[in-house]
Amino acid sequence: MPIQVEHLTHTYLPGSPFSATAIHDLNLTIEDGEFIGVLGHTGSGKTTFVQHLNGLLKPTEGRVVVDGLDITQKGVSLLEVRKKVGLVFQYPEYQLFEETVAKDVAFGPKNMGLDKAEIDRRVRWALMQVGLDYATIADCSPFELSGGQMRRVAIAGVLAMQPRTLILDEPTAGLDPRGRRAILGMIRRLHAETGMTVIMVSHNMDDIATLATRLIVMSKGELAMTGAPRQVFTQRDILRSIGLGVPQGAELCHRLREAGYPLPEGLFTLEEVRDALLALAGRDATNSAAPGTQAQPQSGELTEANAAQGAKAAGGIPQTHEEPKQSVQQAQTQAPLAQDAPQDAAPAGKEGDA
Amino acid sequence: MLKDITLGQYMPGNTVVHRLDPRTKILLTTAYIAMIFLVSSPIWYAIPVLYVGLAARLAGLSLRQLLKSVKPLRVLLILTFVLNLFFSGGTTVLVKWSFITISREGLTLAIHFSMRLVFLVVGTSILTLTTSPVALSDGIEILLRPLKVVHFPAHELAMMMTIALRFIPTLIEETDKIMKAQQARGADFESGRLIARAKAMIPLLVPLFVSAFRRAGELAMAMEARCYHGGEGRTRLRVLRFTVEDLKALLATLAALAFVIIARTLG
Repeated sequence: MPIQVEHLTHTYLPGSPFSATAIHDLNLTIEDGEFIGVLGHTGSGKTTFVQHLNGLLKPTEGRVVVDGLDITQKGVSLLEVRKKVGLVFQYPEYQLFEETVAKDVAFGPKNMGLDKAEIDRRVRWALMQVGLDYATIADCSPFELSGGQMRRVAIAGVLAMQPRTLILDEPTAGLDPRGRRAILGMIRRLHAETGMTVIMVSHNMDDIATLATRLIVMSKGELAMTGAPRQVFTQRDILRSIGLGVPQGAELCHRLREAGYPLPEGLFTLEEVRDALLALAGRDATNSAAPGTQAQPQSGELTEANAAQGAKAAGGIPQTHEEPKQSVQQAQTQAPLAQDAPQDAAPAGKEGDA
Repeated sequence: MLKDITLGQYMPGNTVVHRLDPRTKILLTTAYIAMIFLVSSPIWYAIPVLYVGLAARLAGLSLRQLLKSVKPLRVLLILTFVLNLFFSGGTTVLVKWSFITISREGLTLAIHFSMRLVFLVVGTSILTLTTSPVALSDGIEILLRPLKVVHFPAHELAMMMTIALRFIPTLIEETDKIMKAQQARGADFESGRLIARAKAMIPLLVPLFVSAFRRAGELAMAMEARCYHGGEGRTRLRVLRFTVEDLKALLATLAALAFVIIARTLG
């Protein structure tokens, strides 16, 4: 069910003194089963763009074709489009309204006119998909739940419609690291298991880096870039010029390369950088030449946190003063990653010994 | 679509009318309302027409902007006109057709009352179009201050007004967002019979109320965190100043009002 977007332009309040063009001449095609990450600065038109994909907004110009259905034409059943394309809004927990969780999740399927048994089946399925236990939660009031649970119920509400394309607008906004990981893991699994097309809007590079198969970068209402994460993240300068960064891994790789470390280009996850550094360290160990030698890890003990730290200690990374925020963030997110590092690191450590 | 509402929407500008002290503008509007109610015959509407025309011109407002404010009132306007036309009795019959009777008095009255309504709305909308909500509630607060003697909570009232006005756009935005979110789940707000439509509002109203209460709680907390404790001893960021222009405007308005009163007493 490809989605084609042709010459999409959207102007808010056209003709008034407050008129503002949010999207300008956007062209792209989204294929079945893709996992698209939509990136962009605040006000770049990401949210406006995704709201066109299920007909919540009508283009001022251009057209949007979903599964052969031109949703810009008059007389097209929007319910039909919304069955195909599910949209989870930013902070979706604020849309919950029913007395019980089960009833709220059933709202979408009910609007689709399904029979009772099918609705019940879908509610159970959707709650299971978001990792909630039907038996314990179905009869709770959604307003008694924690923030993270509320968000999952809200996502289940859209999933219960079993759309073939799922759009999520900033699904991790305002969640704690644990809630964030839970939601991202859930989305990853959904995509892998159901083959659903997923479109995720975010301005958090690290959320998107490892999940998306293709990125769409928007800037000032226009398509700035599109391509696989690896391609996009090598364009660090362009991304920075439009107010975006690159994932921590890509930033680390870039700075290490700048400092003269012969790392391959295009690494963007911390794991990749770790492995590359280990490979490098292994080679250097035999040559005992580069400054990286000091950071030589004890075999088996290695975590990527101390690999990165080691590199820093060796003077590889210039400490920047303009971005204290980023380094704090880096330190925070490395901690949980380090937990599952040892088993990954073991074989690499052996390599280092060899 | 929800953003099109001009509920006394402020149009920023830098004209004489914009610059007037809000207190002056409130007084002028009060005098103007008195003027409308004192006009005795349709001919003398010339005075409020001239007055409002001049004010609009000085404020740089177009006729279209002013008439836009009358638009929501059109049902009331038609009702006023029709009811007065047919049911005011009177002796000089103009038209008589089966049970319908239109008298000369009825026609006069109908025009009179409809004019009143239109001028009331147009005049007051000049005030709200040229005065920011904050300035407006500042003005009201100061004008109502003498009522403190009878324990009238002038500051609290003004603060409530400011907050209410501040949250109108926020709530409209929120409504728009929740509406879209429910539409994405297949909700239909536009079709169906009255009862079905009223029912369809539940998924919109419940989240809206929940978030309004949440916002209210958060705002109260934020105000307390900044040591808000009511109006006692509070100073203002913008101190209101009475200028020569205010004086001129007041004198001109009083003259117009006097004129209307004289016209009325002379018959």
